[in-house]
Amino acid sequence: MTSPAIHAPSALGLGVARAQIELKQFFRERSSVIFNFSFPVIMLFIFGSVFDGDIAPGVSFTQYFTAGMIASGVFMSSFQELAITIAIEREDGTLKRLRGTPMPPAAYFLGKIGMVLVASVAQAAILLGVGAALFGLDLPSEPELWLRFAWIFLLGTVAGTVLGIAYSSLPRSAKSAGAVVSPVLIVLMFISGVYFVYSELPSWMQTVGALFPLKWLAGGMRSIFLPESFAAEEVGDSWQLPETALVLGLWAVVGLVLCLRTFRWMRRDAG
Amino acid sequence: MTAVTALGAHSAAGAAGISVSVRGLVKRYGGTAAVDGLDLEIRTGEVFSLLGPNGAGKTTTTEILEGYRSRDAGEVTVLGQDPAHGGPLWRSRLGIVLQSSPENAELTVQEMVSHFARYYPSPRDADEVIEAVGLDAKRNTRTRALSGGQRRRLDVALGIVGRPELLFLDEPTTGFDPEARHAFWDLVRRLRCDGTTILLTTHYLDEAEQLADRVGIIADGRLLALDTPDHLGGRLAHRARVRWQDGAGAHEEVTEHPTRLVTELAVRHGGEVPGLEVVRPSLEDVYLSLLEKAAKDSGSATTEEGRR
Ligand SMILES: Nc1ncnc2c1ncn2[C@@H]1O[C@H](COP(=O)(O)OP(=O)(O)OP(=O)(O)O)[C@@H](O)[C@H]1O
Ligand SMILES: [Mg+2]
Repeated sequence: MTSPAIHAPSALGLGVARAQIELKQFFRERSSVIFNFSFPVIMLFIFGSVFDGDIAPGVSFTQYFTAGMIASGVFMSSFQELAITIAIEREDGTLKRLRGTPMPPAAYFLGKIGMVLVASVAQAAILLGVGAALFGLDLPSEPELWLRFAWIFLLGTVAGTVLGIAYSSLPRSAKSAGAVVSPVLIVLMFISGVYFVYSELPSWMQTVGALFPLKWLAGGMRSIFLPESFAAEEVGDSWQLPETALVLGLWAVVGLVLCLRTFRWMRRDAG
Repeated sequence: MTAVTALGAHSAAGAAGISVSVRGLVKRYGGTAAVDGLDLEIRTGEVFSLLGPNGAGKTTTTEILEGYRSRDAGEVTVLGQDPAHGGPLWRSRLGIVLQSSPENAELTVQEMVSHFARYYPSPRDADEVIEAVGLDAKRNTRTRALSGGQRRRLDVALGIVGRPELLFLDEPTTGFDPEARHAFWDLVRRLRCDGTTILLTTHYLDEAEQLADRVGIIADGRLLALDTPDHLGGRLAHRARVRWQDGAGAHEEVTEHPTRLVTELAVRHGGEVPGLEVVRPSLEDVYLSLLEKAAKDSGSATTEEGRR
């Protein structure tokens, strides 16, 4: 007997359908869309206005900060967004209801990844567009750099997504989700060289920052938006791209394992 | 093997006649048993109604059958499968309406129902389902803007859109207006005609009386009675109350032979008996007296234990 499941809807097809549904919901939640998309731009405006000098020959702080905000934006719309919304979906029974249908779990996760990808690409595009138009941001012209942008962005998004899904199990309730999730990202932004120039941080802070993915994502983005000469200002006098791929890839694997082992469809006390 | 023959195989299994079988089911929460040795069988094609006071263990039992909760002891088979190990194929044969559901999505009724239909191998038509639960006028309304009763109807729509063989309804009509409730009863009858097996939990005894082929009453996680609505409570159900009035005031007598009593009264009054009423115990009366009796029994059991 061949599997009768052959006629059941495929996980991939349902994943695409879920991504569409998730995106609809995301974009209809107007206040959070406005916040998500404008926050990096507002930060760019504030920091660009306060520090309008150059941090190295030919490198404005705006240029430096944009790389960090792109990286932070990826983690905001993947890690932070998912850790909070999935905690809410778990508490209000959305996940429980899905669990009662034949929807393959993979479809749910594919849908989340699809939603995060679209949302974070849109967020980055807005930031780069506004930055170039209003704050004198230089965008790279070499296709090679955009290719590099694509893989670093994708790897960062995947790591942020799986880590966000895994982290969503930590808050005890939906109410505490924001309080448990947001500080993590804010602290990481400070120690990962987003708000300050990474190579000027105290070395113990650099060490701690380097344990986490945001530092590597931000460094990777600097290799795209800052001139090649700035590589000499970085730790180890280079962009450290192979290390970046390795650390982000490792975090993605760790996140995936955590997801598979700890994901729950119901509140902890519901069994 | 195609999906069609697979479904045929399922109904062949159903021809054995039992969709749900529960033996010695126990579920404990921190030492106290929410379900305490429950035995139950639901026949294929019947509407089985589970009644019982708040906290009796109805939802706990139902959610164990649905595969949501683990159990501490007992054998459970749902559509030939232990629900603790049910996969997507097994779930595609179930319809689940939980006691409480989220309805805060930014999606419209139409979008929700059509989307959920995609999860199933042979779903019902989304538009027909929306119409069947009476939400046609709210088709394009976002679910967070629905009224309480409308949300509940959406839950029912999502529960039946997959064309389930076995449908779990945990207090489905909470918040329904009387008209909606009657429409829902019609819907359940139609589903039953289509061959759907239904486990219906409710606090509305008229609902159980209208819909159920058999009724099970549970309290403290134990089955107190199980029968058709007409026979529940045994002879109790056949006793009648006769009420009348005369110069001395109102009278009431409980009797197994109301016709004889009424004839006597007619003779005594020489014709019309003032204020005559013959009342059979309703399902509600039977239900309440069963619970009362159970409380008395367990009360005396505990005091006996206490004395020992
Ligand atoms: N997750 C849980 N943790 C601890 N106790 C629980 C849990 N779920 C149920 N209980 C307990 O188990 C008992 C049965 O609860 P259940 O929800 O099954 O009752 P019910 O018959 O559905 O009641 P209702 O008519 O109010 O819906 C209750 O005493 C309840 O407090
Ligand atoms: Mg209940």
